[in-house]
Amino acid sequence: MVTEPLVWAIFFLPLLSFLLISLVIRPFLNRYGWLSGGLLIVALAVSFGLSIWVLRQHNQGADLTFAAHTWLELGDASIELGLLLDPLTTIMLVVVSGVSLVVQIYSLGYMRHDPGIARYYAYMSLFTASMLGLVLSANIIQLYAFWELVGISSYLLIGFWHDRPAAAAAAKKAFIVTRIGDVGFLLAIIYLFFQGAEFAAAGLNPLHIPDIWQAAQPLATGGAILGGAALTWVALGIFAGAAGKSGQFPLHTWLPDAMEGPTPVSALIHAATMVAAGVFLVARFYPLFQETREALTVVALVGGFTAFMAATLGLVMNDIKRVMAYSTISQLGYMMAALGVGAFGPALFHLFTHAWFKALLFLGAGSVNHASGTFNMRYMGGLRRQMPWTYLLILIGGLSLVGIIPLAGFWSKDEILTGAWLGSDLVDPWVARVVFGLLLAAVLLTAFYTFRMIFLTFHGEFRGGGAQEIADAAARQEPPPASVSEEVHRAESPLVMVAPMLLLGVAAIIAGYLANPQWVKSILTIPAHWFAEYVESAVIFGHLETPHFNFMIAIISTLVALAGIGLAWLLYQLLPSRQAPEGEEGEESQGELAEPLTKAGPLHTLLSRKYFADELYEDVLVRRGFYRAFAGAVDWLDRNWVDGLVDFIAGVCRNSGRLLAQFQTGQVQFYGAVIVLGAVLILVGYLIFGAGLRG
Amino acid sequence: MSLHDLYLISPQLTMAGLGILVILLDLATDRKGWLAAAALLGLAAPLALTLVQLAQLTGIYGPALDNLTPASSILAPSLSVDRFGLFFNFLVITAAALVILASVDYVKGLTRLQGEFYGLLLLSASGMMLLASATELITIYVALELTTLPLVALAAFLMNARSGEAGVKFLIISAISSALTLYGMALIFGFTGSTSLEGIAAGLGQATAQPNLPFGSYALLVGVALLTVGIAFKLSAVPSHMWVPDVYEGAPTPVVAFLSVASKAVAFGLLLRIVYTAFPEMGPEWGILLAALAAVSMTVGNLVAITQSNIRRLFGYSTIAHAGYILVGVAAMSQTGAGENGVAGGGGFATFGPSSVLFYLAAYTAANLTAFFAIIAIGQRIGSDRIDDYGGMVRRSPFLAVALALALIALIGVPPTGIFVAKIYIFTAAVKSGLVWLAVLGVINSVISAYYYVKIIRVMFLQPIPEGGAETATGESGDEQPEAPTDQPSKLTNLAVALAALATVLLGLAPGPLLQAAESAVTALSGVALR
Repeated sequence: MVTEPLVWAIFFLPLLSFLLISLVIRPFLNRYGWLSGGLLIVALAVSFGLSIWVLRQHNQGADLTFAAHTWLELGDASIELGLLLDPLTTIMLVVVSGVSLVVQIYSLGYMRHDPGIARYYAYMSLFTASMLGLVLSANIIQLYAFWELVGISSYLLIGFWHDRPAAAAAAKKAFIVTRIGDVGFLLAIIYLFFQGAEFAAAGLNPLHIPDIWQAAQPLATGGAILGGAALTWVALGIFAGAAGKSGQFPLHTWLPDAMEGPTPVSALIHAATMVAAGVFLVARFYPLFQETREALTVVALVGGFTAFMAATLGLVMNDIKRVMAYSTISQLGYMMAALGVGAFGPALFHLFTHAWFKALLFLGAGSVNHASGTFNMRYMGGLRRQMPWTYLLILIGGLSLVGIIPLAGFWSKDEILTGAWLGSDLVDPWVARVVFGLLLAAVLLTAFYTFRMIFLTFHGEFRGGGAQEIADAAARQEPPPASVSEEVHRAESPLVMVAPMLLLGVAAIIAGYLANPQWVKSILTIPAHWFAEYVESAVIFGHLETPHFNFMIAIISTLVALAGIGLAWLLYQLLPSRQAPEGEEGEESQGELAEPLTKAGPLHTLLSRKYFADELYEDVLVRRGFYRAFAGAVDWLDRNWVDGLVDFIAGVCRNSGRLLAQFQTGQVQFYGAVIVLGAVLILVGYLIFGAGLRG
Repeated sequence: MSLHDLYLISPQLTMAGLGILVILLDLATDRKGWLAAAALLGLAAPLALTLVQLAQLTGIYGPALDNLTPASSILAPSLSVDRFGLFFNFLVITAAALVILASVDYVKGLTRLQGEFYGLLLLSASGMMLLASATELITIYVALELTTLPLVALAAFLMNARSGEAGVKFLIISAISSALTLYGMALIFGFTGSTSLEGIAAGLGQATAQPNLPFGSYALLVGVALLTVGIAFKLSAVPSHMWVPDVYEGAPTPVVAFLSVASKAVAFGLLLRIVYTAFPEMGPEWGILLAALAAVSMTVGNLVAITQSNIRRLFGYSTIAHAGYILVGVAAMSQTGAGENGVAGGGGFATFGPSSVLFYLAAYTAANLTAFFAIIAIGQRIGSDRIDDYGGMVRRSPFLAVALALALIALIGVPPTGIFVAKIYIFTAAVKSGLVWLAVLGVINSVISAYYYVKIIRVMFLQPIPEGGAETATGESGDEQPEAPTDQPSKLTNLAVALAALATVLLGLAPGPLLQAAESAVTALSGVALR
């Protein structure tokens, strides 16, 4: 029997771990920092077990609605703390606690020698608790609080090595850019709050999420409590928050920089869970989006464009984690685009499968870094011989990302493509077609950059690793990046790191088919199309059918993906091996990498500078636009008017304070006189103003 | 006097008995450490008796009752054992327990009269509990004196110039206030012919002479004005507020901590009881008076606090400001509750104002005790009260610095602390009573208060440790204090800090249970119960 305390325990266990680590272990037992890892792993194991159990119970039709607890009554709106359990929540619970559990085990190995390991696990506990709290929230204020807590923990973890300037800058950037999106979300919440009277008239609470869904539905009398342009703007505000968290264009620039954090952090937060919170948020308020064609069109086009654009950027990055970061943005674009065209189930399915294989890829990148001392693929190469397990697992993750049957990514990506091809009555057909074209093109690019990454890292000759990079940087008289280590020991990572990757590898193979079996009645008690039908039951207003498997689309997308892999093989395997014997400088050229894409000239420059988005934001918008023009004007106003006013008010306060303090003579006779005077003043006041008080 | 009557006042009696017991114990033993233990353990008796009375009220032993005092009892007109009184019993006992816990290390520094310190504290507490339940003017007066006189002795306890001055000033101002209070009571009695609050209400109904005059007659008007300034002394509100900073600066810090929360709380209880029970028809008059006092108190308190450099003086003004905020809730109550009684009512809304007052008192108790306990512990370490000497506190004593910062943030009214919730409720009550201007003024005052509260946090977290500040006692008052710097960590004080800080945060995170308790407590007031 699922009781409310048991569901709350999913959230409270990692929170308890956070409190214990930060209040007990870090102050008193910092030398035994690994204890904190064990504590969090145990807490998460229980949370994960409970999550699976809750999912199972919910799937079997158990009633999991719990009354909310009122925290504050504010007029018509009351802020409540409550649990909202629907298929969306239960699946997110499993994903978050599961991926987090695996990543924490891996971190035991990866962070073993870091003196800040207790702090690391404290932040990780806080993050996981906030993320679980976020998906459980039944009230939009509660959700927003966790939303910001997730942002803060992400900030703390990106800047975990805060003595590195790049990490500190990246943390700041992530915080500010996501905050820009959050303004939209906050405005939407404030708007809802001030609709209290209208909601209350219908017996609804403007901050209770199911009530917000209800309010967006058309009434029998026509119109809706929350409808028309207001609904579109509320939905767009929510999407703005989601776009910031999920790195959607044009708020995508923070995510690649966020890779300055420890690699397990990237795997958990910036690949599997937190960045998916944006997708979750749109899905959470999907009943609103269903009623507004305009907002949904924006979501679809932004998602589709992001999927394509980020994939092009992934082509030219040399940092293995940045390749994956753009890949993550691109895949989140797939999910958003799917939500935009009405493919609700496929979007969540992709969120589910992506979490496992992208976490796997990141942990693999961490493992490679452990061996080579660098993240720069120009200094890697040939690692497949020393790291067979890592190679195999990254290959599995990569093939899953590319979408090769029968790996997990294939099934979900295929559903999204089918959904986009078929479209739905929620958006105009042209939108669905444009999105389909963008997504299909992105398949080609995804295949190419994924295998470029694999070839550069694991094939060819070893190009010196971190030691070589430091030497090269010294030759150019530049400081090497802070993340580069001179220690190069080309060997497989320890079991504590490989074992979690193996778990994720298994998930990356089977999670797609097992969760949503095709062509059979059932597998291991999982009925056919289980995931699709379970998620569909989350759509309580209207009906959204998850598209069924489509052979045409599957064959086309597979062919496109294979073409991308072939192209990568051509450019990074065949050509270099052909050219090598021709040149006589075999020994010397070792360590140098010919980058075939540079031949594309200006296009390559455009891509490797990320479409100049950072320059545009930082130089033009921030430095020229914001600092010079806007900040200049504000500065002038501030100096001449605001400061003057503030100084004036502060002066008035301080001086009147001084003046009043003059009365504090210390003379007790005077104190007594003031009391009597007070009584007299009360009398006089009554006699002057008191007439007519008694009406 | 029957046995049942004894039972009715048993919490107060056991509290007073405990005080005398501790003083006697001091004579009997040389191991002074036992005194605090005895006082703390002994508090279980009044606590248990209060619990039993509450259980009986809620109907565990029979039918649920509004008031345990039977009409036939000789206590009937003068003492009402109801949930309102019991709420304050719990508040006073909790505050007393925490203060005793926090003062153990402080009292060890005293050379003599250790037992008397605890004894006087407990005697004053018994007066407070009596005051919270008193429903008759003479009883109220006796309880007021019982509350104040031990505190006067405690204020002068250190026998140095500063403490002595504090005690004498406290005594004189208290005497003036008593005189005014008594005179006010006499006038009210003369006009209504009764000293019991219920009787006054009845008397008012019969004799209303001049309809255009506030309160209907000059005698009553003067009586109310005098009674109000008398009670304002206990509230530490304008115009009877000037003693506060002097006493806060000179008196022993644990005494100030107790004075600032428990004494103030029961005074607000008394004010609510008088306004609601004795003047159920006179809401508009009371409302304008209390609103004016609230406005002036918070503004004066906050403005003068800005200029203070001694942390205890600063808290003296801070407590005046908070008296102002709380008075907002009392003013809000009277305009919407008792005053418009019988006319178009606002449903159960009349509980909103007084229950927000009760909640605010509890939240303020938690936050202010956190602050004062931290000040005690810091004072023992650095031997100074000057805010400048608090520099670098976060490195010298991170726990105390963080706790004091938490208390200060709470006093501003920032979430997630109890006073945040309390301020929301109290200002909402004001808005709903049509006192929008007062709510706005309250918010502006909260912003002003942030200036001096945050200033302390800034000193503790951002400024360097003052040179020699950690070792030698600096500041003009250093050599006169028993708070000579010690290296011994005061564990019990720290425990008290932690408990009070926990309560501060808990009241912000889960205000529900206490709010419900406050709401059920105020329904015991006849003005509210009429709805």
